[in-house]
Amino acid sequence: MNDHVTATRSIRRRLIVRLLASAAILAVILFLVVQSFGRQLGQESQDNILAASVTSVLDAVTVQDGALNVDIPYSAFSMLGNISDDRVFYRIEQNQAYLTGYEDLPFAEGLTTESQPAFATEQYLGEDIRLVTASRKLSLNNQPVVVRATIAQTRNGQKQTLRQISQTVLFLGIGFFAIAMVLTFYAAQSTIGPLRRLAASVSRRGPQDLRPVESPVPSEMVPLVRSLNQFIGRLKKSLSQSEEFIAEAAHRVRTPLATVRMQAEVTLRRVERDENREALREMIRAIDESSRAAGQLLDHAMVTFRTDHLVVESFDFQVLVDELVTRLRPIAELKEIDLGWQMGKPALIKGDAILIQNAVRKLIDNAIKYSPTESSIKLTLSQGRSGISLQLIDQGIGFPEKDFELLTDRFVRGSNAQDTIGSGLGLTIADDVANAHGGSLELKNNTEGVGACVTFYLPLR
Amino acid sequence: MRYLLVEDNVALAKSVLDRLSLDGHVVDHAATLETAQDYLRKTDYDLILLDIMLPDGDARSLLKSYRMAGGKTPIITITARSEVSDRVGVLDLGADDYITKPFDFSELEARCRAVIRRQGGMANNIKRFGNTQFDPLAGTLTVSGQKVQLRNRELRLLEIFINATDQLFSKSKLVDRLFSYEDDVAENAIEVYVRRLRKQLEGSDLNIVTVRGMGYRLSVS
Ligand SMILES: Nc1ncnc2c1ncn2[C@@H]1O[C@H](COP(=O)(O)OP(=O)(O)OP(=O)(O)O)[C@@H](O)[C@H]1O
Ligand SMILES: [Mg+2]
Repeated sequence: MNDHVTATRSIRRRLIVRLLASAAILAVILFLVVQSFGRQLGQESQDNILAASVTSVLDAVTVQDGALNVDIPYSAFSMLGNISDDRVFYRIEQNQAYLTGYEDLPFAEGLTTESQPAFATEQYLGEDIRLVTASRKLSLNNQPVVVRATIAQTRNGQKQTLRQISQTVLFLGIGFFAIAMVLTFYAAQSTIGPLRRLAASVSRRGPQDLRPVESPVPSEMVPLVRSLNQFIGRLKKSLSQSEEFIAEAAHRVRTPLATVRMQAEVTLRRVERDENREALREMIRAIDESSRAAGQLLDHAMVTFRTDHLVVESFDFQVLVDELVTRLRPIAELKEIDLGWQMGKPALIKGDAILIQNAVRKLIDNAIKYSPTESSIKLTLSQGRSGISLQLIDQGIGFPEKDFELLTDRFVRGSNAQDTIGSGLGLTIADDVANAHGGSLELKNNTEGVGACVTFYLPLR
Repeated sequence: MRYLLVEDNVALAKSVLDRLSLDGHVVDHAATLETAQDYLRKTDYDLILLDIMLPDGDARSLLKSYRMAGGKTPIITITARSEVSDRVGVLDLGADDYITKPFDFSELEARCRAVIRRQGGMANNIKRFGNTQFDPLAGTLTVSGQKVQLRNRELRLLEIFINATDQLFSKSKLVDRLFSYEDDVAENAIEVYVRRLRKQLEGSDLNIVTVRGMGYRLSVS
């Protein structure tokens, strides 16, 4: 039997990996988008305040007595100050010349007017600052002057808000991922569920159960189940055809032989002349020989066929032997042979019961056939740790000394079997069955006294 | 004993019928399931021989319904199936044994005997000859109250004689009845069994008489 199936990664794992990867990517994107949106929003609100503040500063610039008067209103800085404890810097120039404020404060380049300020982010005194620059045209003594004001603010408050937002968004992302994970496992499980159930319902079946699968399946699985059912159907057909063929062949061959044999036997009872009687006896022997050969050939064909499709089930080996002994006892009694057999502990084993029964029958058949009348055959079943063996000891003619191993070959009969009819397939069948189950057939002669000792061994697996 | 033989092959049925009648049994023959059912309704049998494949159907249905209806008579099925597929089937359906075509008549006899014995048999089968009683089922012989157990071949030999007392049997005929055709036995092997049987019959009113150069016959004194 070949149980090997090449497995690629499981669908469930693949589904989980893919869904989780998408969830992770989505979570990261969510995090980045919300974060940058937050940053932008923070920046915009700071910029708006800065713009308002610079406008109010510029508005406060007046011309008084032919000179510029810059009286920075309190409100211009207070509106900045209420955000947080960020520091505020300013610088005011007149026609690009320093007028008041922090002289080295950088400014935003560009054409600016009062209503169109320019913004920039710079480093100042070792801190990140956001600055806004705007300018206003005035006329002083009929001369145009440009007043440019720059207001800067450190960004600590904004950064802190941003950190808070980021943190919240991070939790949000992690939460999203966690929920996605739970949903993923659930989805994977419920997707795989029908597959699992199908597999379980097929493998739970007994070896003889070749019914089509009828339980409802999701529509995606219908093609799979349909081809599975078709396959089961084909298997069933081919199995039953060969079994039926063999049974039919047996019927065809055996029925006419049975009729002829019976008639010959009845005629033999009526005939008085010795030559005629001898001829009839020869005839019966020939019929027996051919019908036996037909039987053995058919059994051999059946065994060869079945060893390819072992129908493995669990059964009690002991009960099997007991049934056979009961059945063969009348035959043994015809030769006054005593079949010694005792039931002991149950001997559970896994295998093809029909094949094993056939094999054991051949062995008992041999023991009876090659034993003299009024002898005994002993059958013992012993259970070891690794297997069960059935030993048959007879008091017959024993195996011939040479060509011992050849006896299990097809059509090989021993030199000791000249006087009995047979086709040389019995041991072949028993050996094939043992091998198909990973067991063995051992032939030897009894060391004490006469007769053969045959051991049929089957491993527990 | 009363047998019912259900077998559609006329030639085979006739041979079995002849053989069983020779042994002193009463046999009814049915060739179809329907006639078999008729017979079963009217008569009680000691044993039923049932061919599985019949022209009007599978006899396993008969087997099943007969057992379901409480029929107790032992049944031996006759099959032509390969031995491999025998295991499943008839025994589970309530047959007591089965025999595969073609069969040795002695095998059939042996199986019938075994099956009837397992059932317990009927008491009315015991035959009496003067001071001697013979129970063919149990295989016992009681001579003047003394019971002896016969061995298989002694039993069969005695049965042959008892079914036709005073008839002369040649050694070769006895060989044919007693041994299978497989083993090539010499005629004088019969002498061994005759001698043994005579020993068992010591003091009995039954006597095996040697007819010089012809064979043996059983006489009742
Ligand atoms: N119990 C035994 N005692 C002595 N010899 C045996 C025994 N079993 C088998 N043999 C020898 O092994 C040979 C092969 O046995 P095998 O059962 O294969 O064939 P067969 O009995 O001759 O024919 P058949 O196919 O009808 O059984 C026999 O011919 C016989 O010589
Ligand atoms: Mg053999």
